[in-house]
Amino acid sequence: MEIVGFTPGSAAFGGALIGAGAVLLMALNGRVAGVSGIVAGVLAPLRGEAGEDFAWRLAFIAGLALAPLIARFATGEPVAIAAAHPAWMMAIGGLFVGYGTRLGSGCTSGHGVCGVARLSKRSIAATITFMATAIVTVFIVNRVMGF
Amino acid sequence: MRVLSALFVGVLFGLGLTISEMINPAKIIAFLDVSGKWDPSLLLVMASALAVSFVGYRIALSRRAPLFGAAFQLPSKSTIDRPLIIGAGLFGVGWGLAGLCPGPAVSAISLGKVEIYVFLIAMFAGMAVKDGLARR
Repeated sequence: MEIVGFTPGSAAFGGALIGAGAVLLMALNGRVAGVSGIVAGVLAPLRGEAGEDFAWRLAFIAGLALAPLIARFATGEPVAIAAAHPAWMMAIGGLFVGYGTRLGSGCTSGHGVCGVARLSKRSIAATITFMATAIVTVFIVNRVMGF
Repeated sequence: MRVLSALFVGVLFGLGLTISEMINPAKIIAFLDVSGKWDPSLLLVMASALAVSFVGYRIALSRRAPLFGAAFQLPSKSTIDRPLIIGAGLFGVGWGLAGLCPGPAVSAISLGKVEIYVFLIAMFAGMAVKDGLARR
């Protein structure tokens, strides 16, 4: 194993902001900062379901989307991201993420941060499971399929 | 106030995702690729987020109610069941394929990358398959 691209400073600082966001959403609104659940809640009115929590959820999503723009204006540098794989793989990945997070009641934020912070057994089990299948998937894609 | 506070927290959370580079699929894949050239950054992101939320949650939940609401709403289920494990397992496969989870994908909307939109549309479709499209 060779370690490359390690960015400990920004990782620790960014992680602290993520943790602070999770704590504040609980302290202020009494809600778990689970993005898959929040996004699914915003989609609920499309199914004809009443969405009493629609407004705050949409506001949270707007905040998420605004953040890279704010970072850009604050630093003067564009936020650089790169897709690691072709669009068809992103599409299959998206389907799995959408279906899996609904079936498993959460994702990296809801289970991995908020749930583990509460020492929820369900969230700890979910986090170990998705970390394991993600690592195996990347091994297959990168090592076996050779992407 | 609940809407304003959610907007503010969304920005804070999104800045965390942006600064830690969780919104960069290539960075996520480099973290998950433990047998190759490994980038351990995201382990530190998780550890840092958990250190803050572990302490912060204890302080927040020691109060009687949230500032802008009647009660804290926490998940009520406590048993580990099949849907949880199968769902988390499928989510992990998707995370590994795309290098994106829901938070970063939503945050990256504003960066105008086609692959992000493809991922998000597929993610909405996957959610709709599980939740049901139209109940009317």
